[in-house]
Amino acid sequence: MHAQTVTSEVVREHGLSEEEYAKIKSLLGREPNIVELGVFSVMWSEHCSYKSTRAHLKKLPTKAPWVIQGPGENAGIIDIGDGDVCVFKMESHNHPSFIEPYQGAATGVGGIMRDVFTMGARPIAMLDSLRFGEPENAKTRHLVSGVVAGIGGYGNCMGVPTVGGEVSFHRSYNGNILVNAMCVGLAKKDKIFYSAAKGAGNPVVYVGSKTGRDGIHGATMASAEFNEDSEEKRPTVQVGDPFTEKLLLEACLELMATDAIIAIQDMGAAGLTSSSSEMADKGGAGVEIDLDKVPQRETNLTAYEMMLSESQERMLAVLKPGREAEAERIFRKWELDFSVIGRTTDTHRLIVRHKGEIVADMPVKALSDEAPVYERPFVRRAPLAGEPAFDRSRLVMDSLVAIMGTPDMCSKRWVWEQYDYTVMADSVQRPGGDAAVVRVHGTQKGLACATDVSPRYCRADPFEGAKQAVAEAWRNITAVGATPMAVTDCLNFSNPEKPDAMGEIVAAVEGMGEACRALSFPIVSGNCSLYNETQGEGIWPAPCIGGVGLLKDVGRMATLAFKREGDAIIVIGETKGHLGQSVYIREVEGREEGACPPVDLAIEKKNGDFVRTLIEAGRVDTVHDVADGGLLVAIAEMALAGNIGATLRVNYEPECFIPVFFGEDQARYVLAVPEEAADAVIAEARQADVTAHHLGYTGGARDEPVLEGVGLAPVTLASLRAAHESWLPTYMAGGN
Amino acid sequence: MKSAVVVFPASNCDRDAAVALEQITGNRPAMVWHGDAEIPGDVDLIVLPGGFSYGDYLRCGAMARFSRVMQDVIAKAGEGRLVLGICNGFQVLTEAGLLPGALMRNANLKFVCRPVGLTVEETQNVFTRRYDAGQLVHFPVAHGEGNYVADGETLDRLEGEGRVVFRYAPGDNPNGSMRDIAGIINEKRNVLGLMPHPERVCDPLLGGTDGRAMFESLVEALS
Repeated sequence: MHAQTVTSEVVREHGLSEEEYAKIKSLLGREPNIVELGVFSVMWSEHCSYKSTRAHLKKLPTKAPWVIQGPGENAGIIDIGDGDVCVFKMESHNHPSFIEPYQGAATGVGGIMRDVFTMGARPIAMLDSLRFGEPENAKTRHLVSGVVAGIGGYGNCMGVPTVGGEVSFHRSYNGNILVNAMCVGLAKKDKIFYSAAKGAGNPVVYVGSKTGRDGIHGATMASAEFNEDSEEKRPTVQVGDPFTEKLLLEACLELMATDAIIAIQDMGAAGLTSSSSEMADKGGAGVEIDLDKVPQRETNLTAYEMMLSESQERMLAVLKPGREAEAERIFRKWELDFSVIGRTTDTHRLIVRHKGEIVADMPVKALSDEAPVYERPFVRRAPLAGEPAFDRSRLVMDSLVAIMGTPDMCSKRWVWEQYDYTVMADSVQRPGGDAAVVRVHGTQKGLACATDVSPRYCRADPFEGAKQAVAEAWRNITAVGATPMAVTDCLNFSNPEKPDAMGEIVAAVEGMGEACRALSFPIVSGNCSLYNETQGEGIWPAPCIGGVGLLKDVGRMATLAFKREGDAIIVIGETKGHLGQSVYIREVEGREEGACPPVDLAIEKKNGDFVRTLIEAGRVDTVHDVADGGLLVAIAEMALAGNIGATLRVNYEPECFIPVFFGEDQARYVLAVPEEAADAVIAEARQADVTAHHLGYTGGARDEPVLEGVGLAPVTLASLRAAHESWLPTYMAGGN
Repeated sequence: MKSAVVVFPASNCDRDAAVALEQITGNRPAMVWHGDAEIPGDVDLIVLPGGFSYGDYLRCGAMARFSRVMQDVIAKAGEGRLVLGICNGFQVLTEAGLLPGALMRNANLKFVCRPVGLTVEETQNVFTRRYDAGQLVHFPVAHGEGNYVADGETLDRLEGEGRVVFRYAPGDNPNGSMRDIAGIINEKRNVLGLMPHPERVCDPLLGGTDGRAMFESLVEALS
């Protein structure tokens, strides 16, 4: 292959435009050879270079006094006090997971974990945000089954609890599913590792698995739309080995306990190419590597294949000179490959040798700083508007039961029971709550984590929808009593070369920025997944937000389950009855229409701060945020979680209860507080200019728990539970 | 009471076991690497923790059984030293022949993580003496291969000799185990293996403290 000549056909196959190829020639001062062309093609791919989004991502807020590391490193880092830091990032593995769901999802988990532990952190929690096509689509069941098994297969073996995430279904993902994995890790502030390979003459070491032919051009695949030939891309999907990754994790942490490392980075997308050139770039150095020293799984690997392989479970490190033997001992103990494959230099060039010849010689800056940045043309589509009509005569409780048993609103137990969410013995709030909470080992502190986005809002209005995604993550973290600290994001969009789709990206980034600024919730890491388009059909935009917050005392944490009969149910925030883009209109009326709910960030902050203060003071232990499905769905979820019913009361008579109970107005929470405390909570809310209403009591007078009141026909929790729990297992067993 | 936790390459509940042991026994256990020649001589209890020992690619525990330290574990078990195998540790014990039967893939072929109800069937041993006979407890399970299988004769013998120590509560068998068996003990009653995780329910914040009595039993028996 390395003898192959670079023709215009070959250039096109590498996903490079004519202008890009001309730029490569001018940067090199000559034609690239095939190895160099391959290196440029991955480094300049959308996946690695962010060439369509970089100009817009710059507008996002990334700083705060507690932010130690923002975007640009393997993961973001925030200070959580007492010498502890939290390292976290979310990343997509959409394209590979569609082609080969088990391995695609598994290696997505493996990749994001490496991003976190390469910075010196032990991963302590995983969350997965998954979007599949409509249930009726012939592929959906197979994809759900494979993705869930792949996430479990990798994460469970790693011994990192998978504690949260989301699963939803929509026809816009029929041809492009979204698999976004978030990893949260814990490190000490004085033991953080970066990827900047500073200094010349230092040994560059390769550790982990051997290099094979898997995953060649994965980054390029992730930077193009799908067509009917996408099945043929299966060989570009990597194969995961969680056992080796577990060894790599332990070996890296053991080496990191010494002071032998100058820089370290995982080999993720574009493998050896991106790790070596990015480390050299960040360190202001050059690097020379000899491919004959690379541990190889197969015979006759070419230089091209080795540079572009995305074989998993590999790391590149730069050591202090003379520390090679000490490091090698550690990796040998863990039965991993270890090889010194090169040195850092002061030439600012990436030089690759193979079989005694120089097979690539490129300026490092050409691969990174000189990568193209596009100001792609975009169109701002007018947001969808209007309030949808609905049938006022429908029975509220019948609609509630129906909604609780829909694909998006049903219990995802079938999914999370396949994940080990209790390993590490610090998962103090498990799947099914507003945010997952993992205790900081050996302390009373907790990290609250949530992933959120509502693509139906983002499709209606990318700006408002992206704001809402940030606000909802912030609200979920607040609802357990934690202070939201920072965000990682996964921006899933369709083809940026289409002005409509680019317009969605631009508006969504602006919306995120506005919300993150208003809520002091900076973005510290993330990735973009573009070209989620199949045969011209793009996905509904999904800027997925992964939020992390700090809980000062896990002993004062709120959960959503009703805990006592006779508690007063209090709704915080104003209920206006916004039904546009609601789950109700979609599931009950069968239409996806109207404006999405507006987010008033000032009210969001005021209401959330009020609720958090009550939880922190130990005065409220039962809180749920009101989101998809509206108020009555929130109350039903609280009732089911605690197996305690509710008797609703209102001191006014609305014309119709449907907008009250199913509207998706933002900035709302449901609280359950002991009756004797209720008046004080409501009075204090009014004082703080926070809307608060008393909406009845938990429990009731009947033999079995029911939801009832305000003149509505009672519904038993048993029938709600049956609807809520049965949809997904029945579907996965081939039914529905 | 002195304990040791064996660390196989991909053990992942070794820390959880060590935390529970230290909390309840007051002594930090020795963490013993699988490649070591032996378990420290003064150790009363050897714990084989949960995890994936060698990736579980062949059969769970099939490789771990040949690791260097296991030869000493087998020898010490023969001398009457106490051995507790949790989850993957139980799988290793069956592969090593210290307990009868085998752990097959869960009947539904899926990994399962959830709290399950267990009845404590036997309390005449050092591991469960602090429980009441017939007591219902809740421990989480988290495994893909916990489906206990043995021939009828072995099962009859285990039951006849009072060696089924934990059974899944009626209707709560998560993996298809024969006769709802969740944990068994050897003939000399010094080697116990179980699939559920007692070490994950020793802290009220983690959803219960039903696992504490197992470690308290050991402390009581060994003091």
